[in-house]
Amino acid sequence: MNFTYSEDQLTYRDTVAALLAGEVTAESIRTRWESAQGIDANLTQQLSDMGLNAMLVPESCGGLGLSELDFILLAQECGRVAMPEPLVENAMVATAMLSDIAGSGLVAANQCQDVLEKIATGNVSVACGHWINPYINMADTNQWLLLPHGEEVHLVGSQAVDLIAQRSSDPSRRIFKVNWQPSSRTKIADGQLGTDLWRSALNRGALGVAAQLIGLAENILQRAVIFTTDREQFGRPVGANQAVKHLLADCAVSLEFAKPVIARAAYAVATAPTRADWAVSHAKVAASQAALLSVRHGMQVHGAMGYTWECDLQIWMKRCWAIDKTWGDAGFHKNRIHEWLLNPNALMGAEHTFGKSMSLNDETILEQGAV
Amino acid sequence: MELTYTDEEQAFRLQVRQWLVGNLPETPLKSFDTQEGFEQHRQWEKTLASGNWGMVTWPKEYGGRGCNLIEWLIFEEEYYRAGAPLRVNQNGIFLLGPTLMEYGTDEQKQRFISAMASGDEIWAQGWSEPGAGSDMAAIRSKATRDGDEYVINGQKIWSTRAVFADWVFCMFRTDPDSKRHHGLSFVFVPLDAEGVTVRPIDQLNGLPGFAEIFFDNVRVPVSNRLGEEGDGWSIAMSTAGFERGLMLRSPARFQQAAKNLMGLYRAKRNDILDLSIEDAVVRCYMDAEAYALSTYQTASRLMSGGQIGAESSCNKIFWSELDIKIHDTAMRLLGARGELEPDSEDASAELGSWLDGFLFAQSGPIYAGTNEVQRNIIAERMLGMPRK
Repeated sequence: MNFTYSEDQLTYRDTVAALLAGEVTAESIRTRWESAQGIDANLTQQLSDMGLNAMLVPESCGGLGLSELDFILLAQECGRVAMPEPLVENAMVATAMLSDIAGSGLVAANQCQDVLEKIATGNVSVACGHWINPYINMADTNQWLLLPHGEEVHLVGSQAVDLIAQRSSDPSRRIFKVNWQPSSRTKIADGQLGTDLWRSALNRGALGVAAQLIGLAENILQRAVIFTTDREQFGRPVGANQAVKHLLADCAVSLEFAKPVIARAAYAVATAPTRADWAVSHAKVAASQAALLSVRHGMQVHGAMGYTWECDLQIWMKRCWAIDKTWGDAGFHKNRIHEWLLNPNALMGAEHTFGKSMSLNDETILEQGAV
Repeated sequence: MELTYTDEEQAFRLQVRQWLVGNLPETPLKSFDTQEGFEQHRQWEKTLASGNWGMVTWPKEYGGRGCNLIEWLIFEEEYYRAGAPLRVNQNGIFLLGPTLMEYGTDEQKQRFISAMASGDEIWAQGWSEPGAGSDMAAIRSKATRDGDEYVINGQKIWSTRAVFADWVFCMFRTDPDSKRHHGLSFVFVPLDAEGVTVRPIDQLNGLPGFAEIFFDNVRVPVSNRLGEEGDGWSIAMSTAGFERGLMLRSPARFQQAAKNLMGLYRAKRNDILDLSIEDAVVRCYMDAEAYALSTYQTASRLMSGGQIGAESSCNKIFWSELDIKIHDTAMRLLGARGELEPDSEDASAELGSWLDGFLFAQSGPIYAGTNEVQRNIIAERMLGMPRK
């Protein structure tokens, strides 16, 4: 049992965090808002050069062959700077699904390997739709889309879909409804495997959102602390008032107890993505709760400033509000947990926190003879 | 990250489970806030000590097993799974013990630790005073040096277990001219010493769970002082304090309660009209798990040389609110029968000890530093918000 991230994971996180802190500022995000596609092509190239797109691409396809557990802290950093580029969903969901198929015996394995190789070299990007999400963010920046038709998985070229732009309340999000026709030529998986692939995709997507929400919320909290330290009323910082302190302390508590839940979920997804439902749903619910509380309290302590377009806080708040409802909202995830709790075969109790542990009952132990 | 137990950890779990199955008391013990129950619990501490299970993290020389924090968590999981008795000596073993090991002289360790581990000496804590609650630096009780002795005068209050305990560890003002957290010393006093008067205070459940202690020219040897004279505050607030914060309420306690709550929920859910009950049970189970995961993470971090700081204040808030949530949900499930005391004519097994737990849970956000004080600590020390 060891519940710590490795030195490599922490170092890579710090490297990526340093890059993002320089490249993704509130000012540069507002510049993206004015641009046609809403992304920074230079940054996309830099992320690709650092191998971020290829982290979950198998080594045999020129990638790094790493897991969701290696990626999760990076997803958190992407959230921290409110990065508009859809790296997390593409690299952790679409790529992972392609890798699953590439490693299968399916006819489409070769095609997926080919696409993965191009992802690894930075020539292609792929987005992943899902029945649980009505829209795909930045769908227009990809060459391929993974799309569901029942349990079938289709890999569809961007020229073969009709993208209908919608306007999100978060100007950083460019969301599209996708109209398309499934055909036998685009189908790459179906049946039980298709069901499993969509299940894994949902778990990876929800995990990615949870991690980003933590980063977003931590940034909001930090902004709130700075603002309430600088802003003076009645001759002292507003942050010196207990009423203000306690609002933010509650955010810290909520975040502190969401982070290990996300680490456990990342571990579960990396180990067995189709059997990670419970862990992922817990992570998504905990992260959402922490993020929404931070948004609420973060805005409150900003006073009227927090309610303006000018205040950068809106960049983080609106992202939280929007992505909180993607990859399954709180109701969906709480229901998955509730179903599990009612399952008579659910292994409950502290000894099963990390999955099936020793299930010897006391009678068996007595038969073996107590020591 | 490796979130599976090693073979050694599993073997340890089996060993704990086997020992508990073979040694648990056959019938539940009476409350340790009664004379009879207190002695039963003392006996249980002796039984634990006889198998070297009293304090598994302690070094072998003090009757422990030298276990690491992960093994401690496993032990606790098995302990609560088995429904083993509460620890009557928790003030001693969880709070004083680790501090003694860090700051005690060899003589003090010899004198006090084994007797604590064996249950021969049960400890109470004497920090709060009528005028020093959340503001502990306002302590006024005095220990005045007289040769090789201290002469103690003053009053302590809210001393848990002090009604039946053998010893109390206290904070006294040893420098009469000192102010606030200066000039305080950490001193042990036997509760049967001449001049000590213990006045029981009944808690919400009607039992004398804590006491007021009056000191009237009580004499104790200077060797009963832990650490240097005037260092009491820093000893009490030391890093070891944060680790104690980790150990005071292990997650297994709440995971077991959450599991019991699920049993109750499965039995009662069809009778419940309150639409929010589903959300409440899901939250209870999730939060109990979250507390466990957080503790495992902290334990791993400490084992690899990390530190624990103000985030232990987050723990205090989280587990105390979780405990209330769990018991509040249980009471909602029990409905109008929830008020029944267990000896009522109509009381059924379903009621379990939920009422007792519900009452006790109310104290969580208050003791060991109120949650409001913890929020101040989080805001100022963890987030860096201005003091004034």
